[in-house]
Amino acid sequence: MVSSINQNAYSSALPNFRNLGILLRILLIVNLAAVAAAMMESKGAHDFWQRLLDVMTVVQPLLMASLLALVVLNDLLKHLPYYLGAVAVIALELLLATLLHVYGRPLLQVEGAWLERYWTLTFLLTLMLLLYFDLRGRALSPALSEARLQALQARIRPHFLFNSINAVLSLIREDPKRAESALEDMADLFRVVMADNRELTPLAREVELCREYLALEQLRLGERLKVEWHVDKMPADACIPPLVLQPLLENAVYHGIEPRTAPGVISINIYLAREQVHAVLRNPYEHEGNHHAGNKMALANIRERLQLHFDAEASLTTRVTDETYQVHIVMPYVKGRP
Amino acid sequence: MSEAATEALRIFIVDDEAPARSRMRDLLSDCAAHVPLAIAGEAASGRAALALLSERPADVVLLDIRMPEMDGIEVAQHLQKLEQPPAVVFTTAYDAYAIRAFEVHAVDYLLKPIRAARLREALTRVRAAARPKPETLRELRPEPRAFLSAQERGKIHLIPIAEVIYLKAELKYVTVRDSRREYLVDESLSRLEQEYVDRFVRVHRNCLVARDAIRGFERATGEGGEGWVVVLQGCEERIAVSRRQQHLVREFGKDR
Repeated sequence: MVSSINQNAYSSALPNFRNLGILLRILLIVNLAAVAAAMMESKGAHDFWQRLLDVMTVVQPLLMASLLALVVLNDLLKHLPYYLGAVAVIALELLLATLLHVYGRPLLQVEGAWLERYWTLTFLLTLMLLLYFDLRGRALSPALSEARLQALQARIRPHFLFNSINAVLSLIREDPKRAESALEDMADLFRVVMADNRELTPLAREVELCREYLALEQLRLGERLKVEWHVDKMPADACIPPLVLQPLLENAVYHGIEPRTAPGVISINIYLAREQVHAVLRNPYEHEGNHHAGNKMALANIRERLQLHFDAEASLTTRVTDETYQVHIVMPYVKGRP
Repeated sequence: MSEAATEALRIFIVDDEAPARSRMRDLLSDCAAHVPLAIAGEAASGRAALALLSERPADVVLLDIRMPEMDGIEVAQHLQKLEQPPAVVFTTAYDAYAIRAFEVHAVDYLLKPIRAARLREALTRVRAAARPKPETLRELRPEPRAFLSAQERGKIHLIPIAEVIYLKAELKYVTVRDSRREYLVDESLSRLEQEYVDRFVRVHRNCLVARDAIRGFERATGEGGEGWVVVLQGCEERIAVSRRQQHLVREFGKDR
């Protein structure tokens, strides 16, 4: 019980140093600090550039070496308790600073390069960054538990719910078997929608959910809805945020199929390329649609959840050509338990 | 009245989803014991419904709102052109905006999934209920219609608005010209001008021309002496530009 009460409490953790967003943040902050340092030391505009050059010749090698070391050691650091991990990171930085001082000084020939100075500045900057990432983690943590709420907001359209119930009602007299399986699909769909959606879910599960959803739509729309699956090469074990694909399919049906009298094709293409999971959804594009507000809301919601889980490593882009609307999602390939 | 009450109510079903139509048939057969009724027909689109209903009249149309090509409210607008327009009961699964509007205007509607009891109630009331007024329907659906409708020998002709070249006021009617022929519609030119403000431009007191159909202007001598006329795409006829609208000639070509 205790664990369920405490599930919202935040526990400090080192950032994932293999995350592009984290690396970019470190780069940005350290470089800003370097600019500030050069500014403090300089006596004039011309002097500033000289100072900046001096500072950068020391900072950049240390920064690159640090990032490299952190990326390599990320998995080891992750297994340490937070405070031990933080101490390890600081120790690593001081070690790198020392190495740079010993081996780099003859090469770089920078003035004022005494070791204590290197140590102090490295220590302070590393500490500052660790505090920053801890604060950022705390700030985002409620957001992560809110992801569940947001998933609810991206929920199934009432329009779909009531029309589907209506379709099932129409089947009960003529085809009770199909009515049964339709109700089972609906139960599955709502189980996921109402579940705790903070955790990542296997891609295979999301695809299964999408199939159930489309089976329900097929019931209503019959011949008008044609679906093409290209998922033979998908990494079924990849972990993705739940309800990332299904709302997009719902949009595709609502905006792409329902406004047409002629049959339309929705195609779903999921594959792995360079350790990234790509999902490409296409549907016919209807120019006369005037329900775009709903579409944008669902897209914004999915984008936000992708960012919460994967930061800068995930992206969602849309493209409209004359006849098709395309959504392309790229996510890092996070392997789940087999 | 007593005679009408014993006569079976002719009911027509319009819904783009087959299961929804079949559900409605089931419900109507459940109601048949209480309300004498007959199913006059069904259609999967507004266009098909209008064609069938001009051949074979019905007393009540159960009309789905969200349909491709032409939504239910526009279908109801065109139905008014029939000699004896049927009563309309709208059906919808979920449409917060429409439902609020229906309540405001006391328009009959049913929420899907529909209960037999609720359907029965609507059908018993329908004989007494007033037909929705054109103004009410316009308010329910402020967007421009996708079609204009002309009534010819009891049948409704639908003219897709995208194919219309010009609209010309003629006594109490408006002549609608597409690339094939002319139609007479019972509308007012100024209301059409408001409805399709983006699509048509007034070139003369009595004439609106589709912006896309204008190929150019040329000088010509007509009844009122020499003046500009519009050269049209898909139609040989020239339309005179009134003195007041001469600025169109100067502006033409600037925005392309």
